[in-house]
Amino acid sequence: MKKEWPLWEVFIRGQHGLNHRHVGSLHAPDAEMAIKNARDVYTRRKEGISIWVIPSAQITASDPGAKDALFEPSVDKIYRHPSFYDIPDEVGKM
Amino acid sequence: MATAVDNIVSDKLFEWLLRRGDSALILGHRVSEWCGHSPVLEEDIALANVALDLIGQARLWLTYAGEIEGKGRGENELAFLRDAWDFHNFLLVEQPNGDFGKTLMRQFLYDAYQVLLLEALENSSDQRVAEIAAKAGKEAAYHLDRSADLVIRLGDGTSESHRRMQTALETLWIYTGELFSGDEVDEVVSDAGIAPMPETLQSSWRQIVDEVLTRATLEVPDTTFSHTGGVTGRHSEHLGHLLAEMQFLQRAYPGATW
Amino acid sequence: MYAQMVKTDANKVRDLSEMTEEERAFQARIDRGEKIEPTDWMPEGYRKTLIRQIGQHAHSEIVGQLPEGNWITRAPTLERKAILLAKVQDEAGHGLYLYCAAETLGVSRDELIELLHAGKMKYSSIFNYPTLTWADIGAVGWLVDGAAIMNQVPLQRTSFGPYSRAMIRICKEESFHQRQGYDIMMKMANGTAEQRRMAQDALDRLWYPSLMMFGPSDKDSVHSAQSMAWKIKINTNDELRQKFVDQTVSQAEYLGLTIPDENLSWNDEKGGYDFSEPDWSEFFEVLSGNGPCNRERMEARVKAWEEGSWVRDALMAHANKKEAAKTAAE
Repeated sequence: MKKEWPLWEVFIRGQHGLNHRHVGSLHAPDAEMAIKNARDVYTRRKEGISIWVIPSAQITASDPGAKDALFEPSVDKIYRHPSFYDIPDEVGKM
Repeated sequence: MATAVDNIVSDKLFEWLLRRGDSALILGHRVSEWCGHSPVLEEDIALANVALDLIGQARLWLTYAGEIEGKGRGENELAFLRDAWDFHNFLLVEQPNGDFGKTLMRQFLYDAYQVLLLEALENSSDQRVAEIAAKAGKEAAYHLDRSADLVIRLGDGTSESHRRMQTALETLWIYTGELFSGDEVDEVVSDAGIAPMPETLQSSWRQIVDEVLTRATLEVPDTTFSHTGGVTGRHSEHLGHLLAEMQFLQRAYPGATW
Repeated sequence: MYAQMVKTDANKVRDLSEMTEEERAFQARIDRGEKIEPTDWMPEGYRKTLIRQIGQHAHSEIVGQLPEGNWITRAPTLERKAILLAKVQDEAGHGLYLYCAAETLGVSRDELIELLHAGKMKYSSIFNYPTLTWADIGAVGWLVDGAAIMNQVPLQRTSFGPYSRAMIRICKEESFHQRQGYDIMMKMANGTAEQRRMAQDALDRLWYPSLMMFGPSDKDSVHSAQSMAWKIKINTNDELRQKFVDQTVSQAEYLGLTIPDENLSWNDEKGGYDFSEPDWSEFFEVLSGNGPCNRERMEARVKAWEEGSWVRDALMAHANKKEAAKTAAE
């Protein structure tokens, strides 16, 4: 049996209601201890009010080789952005 | 104008506050000895957090003690310029770290007591005491959460860890009775509505301890004997060495500011 | 620096025409300032060099806890005790972040730690010097962290994503470290005659070891050139050392302390100070194990690791037991 503690990815939600954000990783024997360790390692400076941990081995990542196919197609869809449209000043804020 | 009764109370309150402050200080000091030497990085960081909380609590208690005493002594004069016989911490907290298991066991036995005491102190008739207790109580609750969890895991881990935890429990158990043996200081402070009598916390403490130790598959030693004396200034040999180290600079260079 | 003389396996830095197509594309990404992520294709040399460099950096943080930890139990006030403890704890955190960054490259933390203990990986030479007085705690913060920050700030822009992110976090946390060191030095320099003596003595002993942190001149080193092409090294050792001296001289003057270098003088032409080189033979002796504290440092680390093994094993065993019980119940 492998003796080294597994690696966990740590996500923390800050004070301002934003999404949980990946802040780093750590080692822990199980999820409960990973949460405690994350509290001690990653919130020493009031960084957060909620913690998620996930075994690093459970992360599925997109294929870096498919980067162009995955992300290029959105580049020219500029009409999805508000700045694409000219609205006269007289109309007011929109 | 202060009455004779007020003077008696403040006298005893001073000593009672030293018991709180000194216990936090000495335990914080002990835990800080681990920094850089723990079994794994995550624990090194976690232990330092505990030590930082305890040193912070010590500063609050000692500062208030100095004010009650009214002789111009602050946290540093009290921490660095008293000899062992004027220290009022529990014998439990001055016990050497030993292995990681002993450190965690000591922490757990103290945390369980600390959580109950601080909870009671939140209703203290003394506002400062209540304020300090409210702040320290949150820290103690987390400390207990952690130390209880680790005692369970190490007690019910491998046969070696089980053996070490049982040994730690037996070594430290005989210092726990002191947490609950009240004296005149406690009576005066309790009569003033500042704090509960220590005896009143014992059964709840025992309940927490029994539950955790059962889950840890550890056996409570079959003894009612307990060493006492720490809170009245009669300490083990260990405290003198700890103070010699801790107080070195203030003693070697009197009057210097750092 | 925290990572000194990191080898790259390169005999020469090849130009684009000598590279394979994959290597060319990789180099182009770096030249464009893109971040390389762990799952991206990378040359084996890049991966290996980064493991060495990040590993060495992580080891330095952990071994670096020891000289400062030496004074936690003797800190002169409760506030200083708390500050020092928080700082040394940060070093543990920084080691942890860096080990995690190295782990994304396919090496485990335990493997790295065992390589350190076997003497097969290094840590910064600076941590083999002793902290003899309280002023050393001030001087370590002021000079050693000062030198480290000088190197770590540009490394936030390094090409490897996890390393860059670790450096960003570390720089943010480390900003108080140098200031608390200088704060101690100010108290000492303005204190009693004995405190001033300690402060000057600390500067005398730690000045050249601090200059050595940047490593010997690497302007002609193929490893340095390769690392810079890969953007895992941003400045040459000499550039950083010069910047450090230029910054530190006036800080020493403010303290009324004398930098132990008779040749220190302002050079108008280059817009910086001329200064004496450290004794590089001493540096190589320290690297080869003959510094004042090499043995104690390694012994302390190995002892902590070995005496902690029952704890690590027991916590893992308990977690496995719980998992097994859960599976059986399902």
